[in-house]
Amino acid sequence: MNHLFPVLTGIAYLLSLILYVRFLSTGNRLTGRLGTLLLGLGLVAHYFALWERSRGSHTVPYHDLYGSMSLFGWLLALTYLGLELYHRQRSVGAFVLPFILVFFLAAHLAPADRLAPPPVHGVVFALHVTLSILAYAAFALSFVLSLIFLGEERHLRNHKLGDVVWRLPPLELLDQMSRSSVLVGLISIAIGTALGFVSIDQLPGQNSFYDPKYVITLLVLALYVLYFRLARTTAWRGARASKLCIFNFVIVVLSFTVVNLYLSHSHRYF
Amino acid sequence: MEIVLVGLNHRTAPVEVRERVSFNAEQAQRAAEELRARGILEETLVLSTCNRSEVYGVPPESSHESAPGLSTFLSEFHSVRSDILSVSLYYHYDQEAVRHLFRVAAGLDSMLLGEAEILGQVREAYRFAHEHGATGPVLNRLFQGALEVGKRVRTETELGTRPMSAASAGVKLAERIFGKLSERKALVLGAGTISEQVVSHLRDRGIAQLYVMNRSRDRAEELAKEFGGKVVEWGEWDIALRSPDVVVTSVSAEEPVLRREIVERAMVARGNRALFLMDLGVPRNIDPMVAELYNVYVYNTDDLTGIVQQNRNARESEIPLAQGIVEEQLSKFLSWQASVELVGLVDALRTKLREERATFIRSRMEPMKHLTETDRAHIEKLMDEMLEKLLLEPAQRLRDEKELRRKIQNVEALRDLFLSSREKP
Repeated sequence: MNHLFPVLTGIAYLLSLILYVRFLSTGNRLTGRLGTLLLGLGLVAHYFALWERSRGSHTVPYHDLYGSMSLFGWLLALTYLGLELYHRQRSVGAFVLPFILVFFLAAHLAPADRLAPPPVHGVVFALHVTLSILAYAAFALSFVLSLIFLGEERHLRNHKLGDVVWRLPPLELLDQMSRSSVLVGLISIAIGTALGFVSIDQLPGQNSFYDPKYVITLLVLALYVLYFRLARTTAWRGARASKLCIFNFVIVVLSFTVVNLYLSHSHRYF
Repeated sequence: MEIVLVGLNHRTAPVEVRERVSFNAEQAQRAAEELRARGILEETLVLSTCNRSEVYGVPPESSHESAPGLSTFLSEFHSVRSDILSVSLYYHYDQEAVRHLFRVAAGLDSMLLGEAEILGQVREAYRFAHEHGATGPVLNRLFQGALEVGKRVRTETELGTRPMSAASAGVKLAERIFGKLSERKALVLGAGTISEQVVSHLRDRGIAQLYVMNRSRDRAEELAKEFGGKVVEWGEWDIALRSPDVVVTSVSAEEPVLRREIVERAMVARGNRALFLMDLGVPRNIDPMVAELYNVYVYNTDDLTGIVQQNRNARESEIPLAQGIVEEQLSKFLSWQASVELVGLVDALRTKLREERATFIRSRMEPMKHLTETDRAHIEKLMDEMLEKLLLEPAQRLRDEKELRRKIQNVEALRDLFLSSREKP
């Protein structure tokens, strides 16, 4: 197997992280732009690494732990880049890149999968998985943004600004970015879940529609809809909404780990 | 191709002198024209701001020789006695003049370290002089370099990003919460000098709507009229606090004007939209308990002064970085200057050597009657080739010289060795 693209991806993400951290600590705009450029290059190399892997194993890459985590990292990077360009705000990059890098590296360090691939195939199923992982990535991003919001808000309330707070996005922008990210996640998970039911329906024989994964997915959907409404109105706007967003992501992590690994029969890795 | 700078600034001259020696646009144009008409300078640019008046130029002769003429000109032009002016003026020549301008553009020479306005003023002065044909190749290059320095310092360092007064720090803090203030509203309690300063900063940041509340309605109307705001009746807190995102208080009162219950009620009415309160009054105008309310941010004078001090330290720590950029761009300019001088020098040398060759051949070939015209032309051509070779090889070496100081020294040495002062380019 060719290691060129994974190595290029790792280097690009690592350099991008270094440049984003430097941008955050010095405020040098050129460094920030280079960080974005390298993230873009990393995304392209990562795409080819995923593509090469799927070609080599004759299956879509998210049929195993590697694929699931690597695709998560790629979609997180893609969502973040989209958000950065849309909101013209790159000081958050230093906080998001570690997650991307960790998922990318963990995917490569993950043990080889011994489980049989799931029985479902086809474009609808591929879209179901991709959109579900995109939703998790978007929720992860809103989680990071909410953490930054709470940290910055705390510093502003305590009048301890330091160097970094001046370079972080304004609180209202962080709030907006978090909501944008949740919106991407909500749309993705809604369509992805619908496509999941469609793909199960296409399977021959009697299929069970009772899986703990469905319950927790609906719970996640409901919680994020609630967040989306509360974050824009009423007494919840601001720090309280950010705390709710963090809580919601804990449920997502539970869904991604405990439910997937121990309770669900058909959602091993996504 | 020498550069001279004569000027005065906030460090060398009191405001009484600075205001007498300042130039408006018409004066700057007239001064540039007169300086060139009198033959004092060939290229001219006048940079005049609140804190400095400087004349940059390229003199026809040596830069040092042009300085007294410039000083006299300034004295006559502004009708200021030369003895008053002479103690305030500074003179910089060539490399030092370039360094000075680059430091000015970087904001390193400003009264408020790293201020942003100066770069716009340098740009405007250059645009004006260039449009009126006062600049030439040297000043064009010099000021383009200065603008690049200013831009780089503002992009690559944080010299000018942090606010340096309590009023501007407060406004910047509001931006930390709301982002751009162009869609935000502000309420100002009190209509004194401090309020005026804050309102001015808010206006600069494009605040969408301004409300003024003051015990004396007349003064509130005055301030509102000056800055395009609206007056709110004193004490009508429920109405006044419902829409603004930023509230600035600077009133003279023994007890806090904004008590906790007033703000608490307002926050309910606002649906908990964030509220930034800037308390610039002493004694404080805002009850400290207000800071405990959800989504309310309160900063008083001490908090803002502390931030300004932190920012001052942060700005000062950026000075070495900015100076590094100045020196880097200075080297680029000097390298360009040396290269241009070298081209001029080679041309002057070529002309001189060809003249020498013509005289030499004429005198030496006169007795050689046996030579035909073709032979003579051939000999002349050979000598030209030899001279060209002798000239070009050292010039090429000089052009390729990496060390700037050595390059400049060698260009000067070459000029001094082979050309008289009359022949110098």
